[in-house]
Formats: sequence, structure tokens, C-alpha cells
Amino acid sequence: MKSQIGVYICHCGLNIANTVDVEQVREFARILPNVAIARNYTYMCSDPGQALITNDIRDLGLTHVVVASCSPRMHEPTFRATIHKAGLNPYVLEMANIREQCSWVHSDRTLATLKAMDLIASAVAKVALLVPLQEREVKVTQSALVIGGGIAGMTATLDIANAGFQVCLVEKQTHLGGRVAQLDTTFPTQERVADLLAPVLRAITTHPNIRVITNADVEKVDGFIGNFRATIRARPTFVDAMKCDACGKCVDACPVNVPDAFDANLTTRRAIYRAPDARFVIDARACSFVQDRVCRSDPRCAAVCDRNAIDFSQTENLVEINIGAIIVATGAATFDATKKPELGFGTYSNVITSLQFERLAARQELQSVKDVVFVSCVGSRDATTGNTYCSRVCCMVNAKQARRIQEKFPDARVTVFYADVRAFGKGHEEFYDAVRKTGVRYRRGYVSEIFAAGGQTPKRDQKLIVRAEDTLIQKPIEVSADLVVLGIGMTPRAETNEIANVLGLPRSGDGFLLEIHPKLRPVETAVDGVFLAGACQGPKDIVDTIAQARAAASSAFASLCRGQVKIESATARVDEEVCAGCGLCVATCPYGAPALIARTGTARVNQVLCKGCGACEAACPSKAIQVMQCTPRQVLAQIAVLA
Amino acid sequence: MFDTESLVQQYELTACIQCGKCTGGCPIALKSALNPRALVYQMLRGEEFELVSRGELWDCTTCATCGLRCPKGVKAVDLIIALRAQWIESGKIPTTLRAPLTATLNQGNPLVLPREDRSLWADGLNVKNVADGAGIAMFTCCENAYDPRVQAMPRALVNLLRAANQDFGTLGLDEQCCGSEVRRIGEAGLFEYLRDDNLEKFRAARVSKMVTTSPHCFNVFKNEYGKHAIPVEHYTQTLAHLIADGALKFSKKFQATITYQDPCFLGKQNGIYDEPRAILKAIPGAKFVEMDRSRERSVCCEGGGGRMWLEGTNSQVRLANDRIAHALDTGANILATACPFCFLTLSDAVIATGNEEKIKVMDILQIANAAI
Repeated sequence: MKSQIGVYICHCGLNIANTVDVEQVREFARILPNVAIARNYTYMCSDPGQALITNDIRDLGLTHVVVASCSPRMHEPTFRATIHKAGLNPYVLEMANIREQCSWVHSDRTLATLKAMDLIASAVAKVALLVPLQEREVKVTQSALVIGGGIAGMTATLDIANAGFQVCLVEKQTHLGGRVAQLDTTFPTQERVADLLAPVLRAITTHPNIRVITNADVEKVDGFIGNFRATIRARPTFVDAMKCDACGKCVDACPVNVPDAFDANLTTRRAIYRAPDARFVIDARACSFVQDRVCRSDPRCAAVCDRNAIDFSQTENLVEINIGAIIVATGAATFDATKKPELGFGTYSNVITSLQFERLAARQELQSVKDVVFVSCVGSRDATTGNTYCSRVCCMVNAKQARRIQEKFPDARVTVFYADVRAFGKGHEEFYDAVRKTGVRYRRGYVSEIFAAGGQTPKRDQKLIVRAEDTLIQKPIEVSADLVVLGIGMTPRAETNEIANVLGLPRSGDGFLLEIHPKLRPVETAVDGVFLAGACQGPKDIVDTIAQARAAASSAFASLCRGQVKIESATARVDEEVCAGCGLCVATCPYGAPALIARTGTARVNQVLCKGCGACEAACPSKAIQVMQCTPRQVLAQIAVLA
Repeated sequence: MFDTESLVQQYELTACIQCGKCTGGCPIALKSALNPRALVYQMLRGEEFELVSRGELWDCTTCATCGLRCPKGVKAVDLIIALRAQWIESGKIPTTLRAPLTATLNQGNPLVLPREDRSLWADGLNVKNVADGAGIAMFTCCENAYDPRVQAMPRALVNLLRAANQDFGTLGLDEQCCGSEVRRIGEAGLFEYLRDDNLEKFRAARVSKMVTTSPHCFNVFKNEYGKHAIPVEHYTQTLAHLIADGALKFSKKFQATITYQDPCFLGKQNGIYDEPRAILKAIPGAKFVEMDRSRERSVCCEGGGGRMWLEGTNSQVRLANDRIAHALDTGANILATACPFCFLTLSDAVIATGNEEKIKVMDILQIANAAI
């Protein structure tokens, strides 16, 4: 049957019509091969615009449609639905992008009009060769996996569980709570974090739909949206929680001392210790008995335990689960302040990080001080460390901590050095105002150098000199300090690469995990069914983290709810008659869609995994693999008319 | 007058967020009107000014701390050098610079001494010419070659390299100024001449690897000689490797408490902090102590950037004098360094502060040589 093509040229208001002579283009399109009708209209995507298309399909028996308008990313789904409504297969549509690729980027009306004609002729040549494709849906496993038990992961977990789905929450550490559990208070409301966390933790641990696996890593994820299979490696804590009565004798017996990461390395703890969630656990990496089967203590922890709760026979446990959606909430690391040697962190004990300040405050160990200096942007907005971004929380953390010191020790002279104060959140500017009112002084300039006052032999806690330029008086200054607090930024976790590899997630230039679109699709990733929440995607405060976690949860259960998900139809197919089984497509595909079938010796594409990107088609030496709607024949026809 | 916009473009000054970290870190800014941040801001505002009214531009020691501290990668020191170049271009060359620059062109050294005297430092050592085939070309700083106060350093290096059985030679009378200070003074044309002429001489002598006595020569060869640059080490790197490999062994004790001044061109500008310390720590009998302000937080001696020939606007307060106080504070009786400029400025400061009985400045080369 001869194809009957309809061509629809959109003015897009004046977006296209101002630069492209749409009437001339219509005249041109009307006489192209197989074109039965060509029309132009102000807004093709409007209801009357779409009606023009549906009416023509019915009245003129159109077999294929070309819409010349904006990018297919914008309205291809719209027009596919339009022609489907009129009885055509949604895939016999071709978009000619005469807006982004023509009117928006050119100013010469004559040349732009000629280019629009070329783009349309090209689309017409291709559309006649398009074949109908079947739209397909797959069933969804109605449960989710959340990776990371911080405030983001816990919030997302609760939302999905409350919607009635099973959720497995996997946490790397032995306890839930993440970074937030280390903090003393929030900003700008100065609530105690412990009060904020307690109800969340209680809800998580008592929820019938939630399974928590702590001290565990997600090692492997196979499958695709709606049908993932995850392998989780759970490490032993060597303490039987059912038997342990938390007497603490084991801790006294343990001879090993290691820096306590939960206390931001301010204190040390034993290899067996009371974790932040009050459970006793053994840190396998620190315990010499776990590592080398030797312990220099006699009696050992196991010997002093009256209840035989310590069990070194515990082993790692592999858990496999099937889920339909995955939320990544692995958080961020804090900047390593030793990378700014000019600030003396690690040299002077009275130069501390903002996280250490939180721990001191939470432990109620803030000591009386006279001169305190807060340093902004340590490891943020800093090309020398590669962290060019703003960490978004440090300005308010500085402000909150400065206020805390000023209120606790009213005689203290508290100075915050800054270059810009970013108080963009709700209530933040007002908080900044209130902090200055307490007596905290802001001086504009980054801190350049910190060194010991009087005496050049470093004594760890002596008075310090802080050197900066006060840029408002335009002079270098020296300020003395008993305590310096470095407002450290956030960095991607070292393990980000591992989780990105396990799930096939791309990262942005700053090293954080990458969302599909910063505005329109902020929680979705390049892998369908995998969503992002919290600081793993970029630095965030608690407010934004929770908002994003709840958005990720909604996106996840949107697909879980339906029980079915639609999958891409314009996928790659293998002509098994032609395929030589070289395996180049398998090596090229970023989604793991093609596989070699042993029986036939040829490749086959998993239609659910395939995204239709075309990488395999370009790689295939025998042109055996072709992506539907982008076959060599179709693309060459498209190019031929341009010559 | 000069074109501020072209300077903004060339040195990518739009990256500046006016945080002042450069000026806060500048060792000179506290005692001079020099303000790197304000200079950058003037360029960004397009504000033109009479260069001759800005004598503080000659205070900069080009220690490069400003650029090292900058969170946005702006190198204010390069702007200062460019402004000096505009000044030099106008012909109004500061009086004390005229003779050194002329002598560098005519005699290949800024000390205003004859070219044919360049090898006198090596009298009696029978060092071969690198053109006769040698693995390493030893490059002697003009200061080390001509100034009797620091001629002992290259002689010590000869001795040390021989003790470690190294095959080396010098360029003999073909050696001339590396151009480091010339470039920093702003004499861009003379620098380019020296660079091209030196590269031609290195090529003719088939030089494949160099070791320098001065961090300034090392830095310019490594970072500013372009794509034809020859692999170069500062002697502290060479000696530290030879010690680590067991090729250089110390047999004599050198009883002293030693602290170390990081030369800016070695430490801050090239990240070489560990090698000099490794050598000092390997000296038998010596106790190494660190000054509080060391490594990345070290303090410039005020000898770089042409300051060997320029007093600056505030000659009353000298950083080198502060530095002697810092060194004394550690209890050290030897202040070691690895740069002829540092050696000279610090030695003068020991005398100026009347501390000759308490502390002595030595180059690491002298200490190492005393211990073999």
C-alpha cells in the first residue's frame, strides 16, 4: 500500500513563525513524495492542533505523520498519543525539530526557512519507512530496596512502607541514623536531633512492612525496572543481641583502641563497643581476634561475658531479594580538612571541624573559650581541592554554632570569616539576623593561614593567630583565637563508585550521583526504577534531604502501585541470519541488554533492558543488530535527501 | 596606560570572588601597600592607574602564596608580573635593576661579572663538560657561580655526586642565567631570549637530565621553559633518591640541632617538602626540629622576584629577621635551607639581629658534605 503522509508545521506562537516562513514551508512540504496533506497551525500541541491531525487521519486515511515543531523530548509522547487515538500505531510518527535546531538558533529568515524545509524533507523520507511497533508492559515486583539508613533512606522507607509495600532497608554501618545521628541540633530551629530521630527510628524498627539489614552492603543488582534482584552481603557483629544485656564488661576487657568515627575521631573506642543505637558490636576491622585469631587481652571479651553473647563463629550472610524499585540514599562524606594545610587542622588540637563541634556539643563538652573563629567554605567553592560547588549547609552550621558559643559564653569574642553568607532556605536569613544580634561578628574574607601565637614550636593547644584580609577595610589582619572551627563541606563518599557500578548509575562532574534532569526529573536516574534521595546526589540540608526522599518514595511507588510498567519499544533487534556472534554488541552496551546465546552462537537483546541508544548498532560489523526506527535504511533515507 | 580588559582575559581574573585569601596569605601585604585582591578588583573594574604611583608592585617576592591559597585558581602573582612588565616596557626601569638586567643580557648573569669567569667556582675540581658525555648536567645558579658567600654549595654538590658515583658534568662557559628572576622582574623579552638561547645550548650539549643548585632555576626550567623543557631535578630530590637507594652514605657525625626554611620555589611552588627533610633526617648526629610555620605555611625570606636587587617600599621590617626569631624559638643552632637566595637573606638577618653566636645559616649541601 502506498503511504499517505500528513505533515504538520507548528508556529509555536512566534517561536518558530518569527524566524521561519511557515507558509512557504507548508507549500514546500505539500509537494514532497507521498505527502497527502501539509498544514500549519499556531500551536500543534493544543487541542485544536491535535484535532487537525486526528481528523486528517480519519478523513484522508493517513498512514504516517510528520510533526515539525519542537524537540521530540518535548512533545513526541504527545503526538504519539494523538495518532494512536486516531487509530494509527504510535510509532509511525517522525518529529522534525524546527525550533531548538532551527528557529531558536538562527536569525536569517531565508536561510532558517530553507533549513526547516530540509529537516522536514528528511523526516518525510524517513517516516515512510517506519514500521508499527508493539507497546509492551512488564509486571512489577511490588516491593522496594532502600540503600542507606540515614535520614533520607529512613524517610523514603517509611513512605513506601506506609503506602502498603514491603521495603528492605540496607545500612552499611551497624546502626541507623547516618550523618544526622552525629549532630547535636538542627538549623534554623535549633531542635535537638535526638528528639527528631527517635520517632523515626521507632517507626522504622516496628513497622511490619520494613526489613532492616544493618552492617551490610548491596553487592550486586540484576534485572530491570519492576524486576530487580539484589544480593546483599550482611557482615556479622559477633555479638548475639538476644543474649547481650549491655553490661559493658567486654569493653573493659578489650585491649584495642581505635579512633571513634562516630565522634568524628575526637575520642577513641574499643574494638568491641556500644554502638550509637546502644547495641554492643565488634568492629571486625579493629578486632585482632577477628583479623588474626590473636588477642593480647586475658581474659578476652568472650571470657568475661556472663551470658555467652559473644560469638566469633558468626559468618557473613548473603541475602537475595526481589524488588521492583530501588532508592539510593547513601549520603555524603565530610571534607578532609587536612587537605587545606594552611588551616592547621591536625597540627593544633584547638582547630576542629564543624562536625567535631557538633559532637562536642552533643556530648556537652564545649569548654569555656574567649576568642573563637569560624572559618567558612573549607573544602567548598574551592577549585584547588576539586570541590567547586557550594556545600549549602556550612553557612548556617557556622551561624548556629557561633550562636551556641556566644549564648553559652556571653563574654566570648566570636568571629565568623566569610566571603558570601548564603542563607537561602526558609527562615535562614532571619536566623542569620538573630545570630548577629547575639554578638557574633562577621568579617568579610576567607581565612588564609593559621599559626601558633608566640613561639614557633607547635604546642597542640596554644593560642592561635588567624590571618585573613578583611576585604571591607581592605587590609590584612591577624585575629587571635583559642578555638577555630572549620566549616567543612560535603564530598562524595569514597564508596560512591562501587554503588554507581553495582547499579550502573552515572555521576556528575562533582562526583555525586547524577539525576536525569536537575529541574524536571530530580530524583530519577538513567536506570529506570532507580531513584536518588539525599546527599548522595549533592550536598543538602535536612529539609531538602527529606523533601527529596519523599519525592523519591513517591516516584518509586508510582511504578509499584500500577503493578505494570511500560517499556521502550524502539529497541535493538538481532537478525540471527546475519549475526556472526562476535560479541561486540555485548561489550558495547551500557545497559547489559545483548547477550550471546550459546545454542545459536548469535546475540540476542533483552527487550526490557534495551534503551534503544544505538551503541550496538554502530559497533556491529555485519549490521546484524538494528535499533527499530533507526535502522540503517531509515537513517540513510533521511540523510539522502539532504545531499 | 595599559589595557585592563586584556589582563582580565589573559589571567582569567573573572574567576575571582574577592575573598581576600590571596592578600591574607601574602607575606608582604602586612607591611606594604601591596594588595593582590585589590589589584585584581581594579582590573575587573577596568580602572586604569599610573603604574609609577604604585611602587609597592616591586615589593612582591613572587613567592606565589597568593595563587596557592586562591580557591578559584587565580594567580595574582602573574598579574603583578604582567604589571611590572608594562612598567619595564615604558622604559622607567628602577635604578637598581638596570645594571643586573644589562649584565644578564651581555654577560649572562645579573651580578655584573664577566661571562668568562663563570666556572671559577669549580677551580681545581676538574668537572667535565657535559658535552663530553655525562648522564646529568649540573646547573649552577649565577649566585652560586659568582658570589663567594655561596660558591661552597656547588662545590659541595660536586663532592656529593662523586661520592655517590654519579656521572655528571656542567655546561662550562656555556652556562648562563636561567631567566627566572628576569621574568619575574617583568623583562619578558630578555627572558624569552635567555630561554631560547639556553634551550639551544642544552640541545647542542645533548643535555638529557639536569640538576640545579637553586630552586629558582629548577622552577623556571620545569614550569616555564615550554614543551622543549629538559627533565630537571632540584639537588634535594637527587640527593634524597641517592640516600634512599643507598648510593650516598653519611659516615661522619654532624652534631647540631637543625631546623629548615622551605624555599618558596621548592616547597610552595613545586610541592617539594619531604626530600630536603629526608636528607636532614639522614645526617648522623643531627637533631631535626620543625618550625611551626613550615611546609605550606612557611614564610618567604623576601629574596625572590627580583628582590635581591630591590629594597622594596618597606625595608625597615624584614621577613628574614622574623624568620631568624622563628628558628631560634625551636632551639636550633643551624638554620638549613636549600636556596642561595634564602641563604643570603637569612645570613644577613642573623647579623642584622645580632644572633651570630646563636645560630648559623647553612645550605643542606654544606651539611651533607660535612657528613660524608
